[in-house]
Amino acid sequence: MRYVCLIYDDEKKLGTMSKEEANGFMGAYFQFTEDIKKSGNYVAGEALQPVQSATSLRSRAGKLSTTDGPFIETKEQLGGFYLIEARDLNEALQIAGRIPSVKTGTIEVRPVVDFSAQKEAPRAGRETAATTA
Amino acid sequence: MAAEQSSATPGSEDPRDLIASIYRAESRRVLATLIRLLNGNFDLAEEALHDAFAAAVEQWPRDGVPTNPRSWLVSTGRFRAIDTLRRRARFDESLATIARELEESASPPSTRDDELEDDRLRLIFTCCHPALPPDAQVALTLREVCGLTTEEIAHAFFSTPSTIAQRIVRVKAKIRDARIPYEVPPRAQLAERLAVVLHVIYLVFNEGYLASGGDSMLRPDLSAEAIRLGRLLVEIMPEAEAMGLLALMLLHESRRTARTSAAGELVLLEQQDRWRWDRHLIAEAGALIERALASRAFGPYTLQAAIAAVHAEAATPEETDWAQIVILYDLLLRADPAPVIELNRAAAIAMRDGPEKGLPLIDAILARGDLRDYHVAHAARADLYRRAGRMADAVASYERALALTTQGAERRFIERRLAELRDQPR
Repeated sequence: MRYVCLIYDDEKKLGTMSKEEANGFMGAYFQFTEDIKKSGNYVAGEALQPVQSATSLRSRAGKLSTTDGPFIETKEQLGGFYLIEARDLNEALQIAGRIPSVKTGTIEVRPVVDFSAQKEAPRAGRETAATTA
Repeated sequence: MAAEQSSATPGSEDPRDLIASIYRAESRRVLATLIRLLNGNFDLAEEALHDAFAAAVEQWPRDGVPTNPRSWLVSTGRFRAIDTLRRRARFDESLATIARELEESASPPSTRDDELEDDRLRLIFTCCHPALPPDAQVALTLREVCGLTTEEIAHAFFSTPSTIAQRIVRVKAKIRDARIPYEVPPRAQLAERLAVVLHVIYLVFNEGYLASGGDSMLRPDLSAEAIRLGRLLVEIMPEAEAMGLLALMLLHESRRTARTSAAGELVLLEQQDRWRWDRHLIAEAGALIERALASRAFGPYTLQAAIAAVHAEAATPEETDWAQIVILYDLLLRADPAPVIELNRAAAIAMRDGPEKGLPLIDAILARGDLRDYHVAHAARADLYRRAGRMADAVASYERALALTTQGAERRFIERRLAELRDQPR
């Protein structure tokens, strides 16, 4: 099963790192990426340019509006992601817990919808509130 | 399955009564195993459990009670679930594959006792997974592990059945969609995961212990459920802190009848009638604390239980070993440096060395701002002023405490204290 690990970090704080700190931080990322490639969990991963470079689009009533900046201004910004392959959420959390930014920011782990797989875990089909009563 | 049947229906007992008692004793165990056999599908397992007991009601009076009812229920439930999937496969092709896979895998299902105990642990750890929201952990544990109905859980938390049902549906969807595995965590993660389980059990206990009153006829006894959960956990996973938590709950429970007066008013520990404390529960807790302390892997729950045990051992309030309690608070503070524990330690020091020694410690905690809005801190300070004979200061602190309290019985207690102080000549 695939999970995406969204990496939120405070860009301002990252910007104030000394050269050695920044090198250490990047080194930790290279090492982590190398590790999960070796273990077979890596599918994809990218770092993003800072949010000043973001452009947000929305189309309402046929009218496209374009605005400068990210979807929501937050204290910590989406700065990159990994797409990983893991057996279950526990393994995904274990891997995500080794992403260097876990110590400075927040990692959000989200399962990816698999449209091709019909052989997912069995579903009872009628999951209404009534069946749990 | 005919081979499993025993023609010897025990005694003259009505099989329906027997089935009802088997349901009470075994349904949670059977459910825990069915969830594993059905690849972690809670809803399918619950239906299978119902179907298995429906089949028992139909067949046992006719064919006799099987020699091993539990494994009969598990395998019947599993077959029924596979049938259910097959029937639905007419509308959804993918279910046919799943039904086939289920049939091929895990057959015959293991019903070895240790495997079944593991299933109960799997169920507890899955319901208390840290990736689930805390209120949902509690609701799911009460629903799946304790077998409470949605209505009962709603009454317990002064909520509506539909709110609770929605919460449970949402959390089951997360277990399925995020693929939270049905497993006991590996040793390396056990401490962290066990802490969540213990926290959930303690929340359930406190909910039952503190919220006395209301429509008590409809409310399930949550304290009793929590103690049952605690006993189950100690039985299948005798970790030090599991024993510590169970001991702590038993000690609170031992004073349950003594902590409210006939009029429903709160009675403080030192004014309680110690003859009304339940000595059996106190003895059981004492043995658990000894085992937990001997393991050297104990933590905050064991230490809190040990403190409660020191109180329980004193025949009168004057005989309380406050020196021992201060030592235990020192250890507790090291394990869990929380302001509330500091406050309790200050109160214990006041009891050991006099109120004038405790007051500056409480003042320091309040000055830091941590507990400034916590009524208990002001009530504790008021009590020390009262003991020190500084009545005007005591009144001021009780008034501050009263302003911060909303709970009825606690308000009335503080109001009584204020009235006593104001009546006294200064």
